[in-house]
Amino acid sequence: MFIVEALGKALSLPSVSQNWLLTKMKKLKFKSKSTIGEYIGKKIITINSFAALFAILLIFVFIFKEALPIFYDEFIQEEVSVEKMIFKQSFAEGRDAKFSWQPNSDNPRYSLLPLFVGTLKAALIAMLFAVPLGVGGAIYSSQFASKRMREIIKPVIELLSGIPSVVLGFFALIVLATFLQNSFGFTYRLNSINAGIALGLAVIPIVFTISEDALISVPNSLKDAALALGANRWQVSFTMTLPAAFPGIAAGIVLGFGRAIGETMIVLMASGNAAIISENFGDSIRTFSATIAAELAEVVFGSAHYSVLFFLGTLLFVFTFLINIGGDIILNKLKGKMQGEQS
Amino acid sequence: MKLTIEKLHTASNITDQFKPKSSGIIPKGLTLIAVLIITSILIVILGNIILGGIGIISWDFLSSPPENGMESGGIFPAIFGTVALVILMTIAVVPMGVMTALYLNEFTTPGSKITRIIRIGINNLAGVPSIVFGLFGLGFFIGFIGSGIDSIFYDSGRPVWGQPAIIWASLTMALLTLPVVIISTEEALRTIPQDIKDASYALGATKLQTIRRVILPQAMPGIFTGAILAINRGAGEVAPIMFTGAAYYLPYLPHKLNDQFMEMGYHIYVMATQSPDIEATKPILYGTVLVLLLLTFMLNFVAIILRSKIRSKRLTI
Repeated sequence: MFIVEALGKALSLPSVSQNWLLTKMKKLKFKSKSTIGEYIGKKIITINSFAALFAILLIFVFIFKEALPIFYDEFIQEEVSVEKMIFKQSFAEGRDAKFSWQPNSDNPRYSLLPLFVGTLKAALIAMLFAVPLGVGGAIYSSQFASKRMREIIKPVIELLSGIPSVVLGFFALIVLATFLQNSFGFTYRLNSINAGIALGLAVIPIVFTISEDALISVPNSLKDAALALGANRWQVSFTMTLPAAFPGIAAGIVLGFGRAIGETMIVLMASGNAAIISENFGDSIRTFSATIAAELAEVVFGSAHYSVLFFLGTLLFVFTFLINIGGDIILNKLKGKMQGEQS
Repeated sequence: MKLTIEKLHTASNITDQFKPKSSGIIPKGLTLIAVLIITSILIVILGNIILGGIGIISWDFLSSPPENGMESGGIFPAIFGTVALVILMTIAVVPMGVMTALYLNEFTTPGSKITRIIRIGINNLAGVPSIVFGLFGLGFFIGFIGSGIDSIFYDSGRPVWGQPAIIWASLTMALLTLPVVIISTEEALRTIPQDIKDASYALGATKLQTIRRVILPQAMPGIFTGAILAINRGAGEVAPIMFTGAAYYLPYLPHKLNDQFMEMGYHIYVMATQSPDIEATKPILYGTVLVLLLLTFMLNFVAIILRSKIRSKRLTI
């Protein structure tokens, strides 16, 4: 700008015109290419950064949109409604009413209960299998393991989490199912235990990683104080570290459960996909996610069946959304607490 | 502080209860067993797949198409489809992820409301089940965007874009892998010292110039790690592409964006569940699984090495 001033002085212009020139120059500068590019670039980055948030909203809107006809479309409601999905349905006049999922029969029935039971059975077994191993492994790795040992454990977990779920499903289908049937004599080769264990293998890395993070982030001041009071190492672990890290471990378990509910390929391949309600864990099961995967390809666009499958998707989405929010809240609180104590 | 004192009380109570010399061998042993079980399961799975698949892998297997209803021949179209899918996905996801990470780290103060909301979005996107992404791809990309393009630009009755296609599958996969790219880019951005950025601004550089010349070059390893992890995830996921573009079998390779394609993970699923004679397809099945595993492990390995380099850099600064 001093050039303008010098110019003005040289031409001995009155100060009013000097100011006029200055403002003109400033406007000119604003219009120069780099500033416009700068402005647009910043706007693009800003707008783009909302993509993830926008995607979440879009996912909900577009899945729920396809499920909506269940609630108002009369034509579709003849076949399926919320009541029909929840309560018992009779197959034909005079037959006993039952909970059944038979979307492809002449008189299609869409009771969600068999799928719900199946999903829960698989997730339950997965958690029974994965939580002791995942949490136990995390405790060992964070409390007892030597540095060299930890260098072995870390890659093991990373390799396990790197196995694609379709490969775990393949392994459960071809190898694990035969092994389990030979050892325990199940009537059905593909059953909830087979699917649950394979699912557990996908859950272990989640439970392990989050639990270990929580255990490691317990501040040393706490441990040092206990050690100073005469506690030995494992007493410190079990009276100080574990209780302090408990919320983190709980969050790991909750998020692992979310994964177990939503995982598709493993249960699709390893569970037998029979929608039956039974308390026998040796029976085949059919889960929400596997039902969508197995049936969506053959369904008529816009039919009642199509809407029901999107409704299942909506349920899955809402459920995992709540679980993730819950897990996040626990982890954030824990993080705040640990940092608060460290300072 | 309050908590600490409470804890100290409990600790001192407990130490009174136990003999000071109890060694803790039982908890140590029990948790060690957990580690050993996890490790041996991993060894069994990998050993089984390697032993089952190593015999079939050859140049012919990798470079020829399936024959006789997948009972012989190779998996070349599936490898080609997987590579095409992840390339398209990477082109879509990396700019999006990097820009989001830049915004979160350079444009807003950490902990502000906007940042928190966006972070909640990212965390939740990471937790959405993959099958839900598949439904979304079908409802949004194919049913809304694809059909929309068809109804505006094409008036023939046949769908051109409103059908399963590799472009929709890769865009769906890009959304699924978006959190991965954002998180690892952010990790790299945090390692860049404020001094360097300040120096750039002091020299008169604008924000975008600083980003382009100073921040992005420094963050490159992190962006690269993010892309590799995203590719790793994208190559392994099957549920999102089942309805958005993957095909059982195609006699030709995809050569347009709206073609369907074959993919390794989907190929495994199809061979394992739909084959009329599982014993006959088993060798090829094992071979395909081994190729997919080798691919994902290789990518993982590169990502781990890159990430440890970034972390050690952060320590030295």
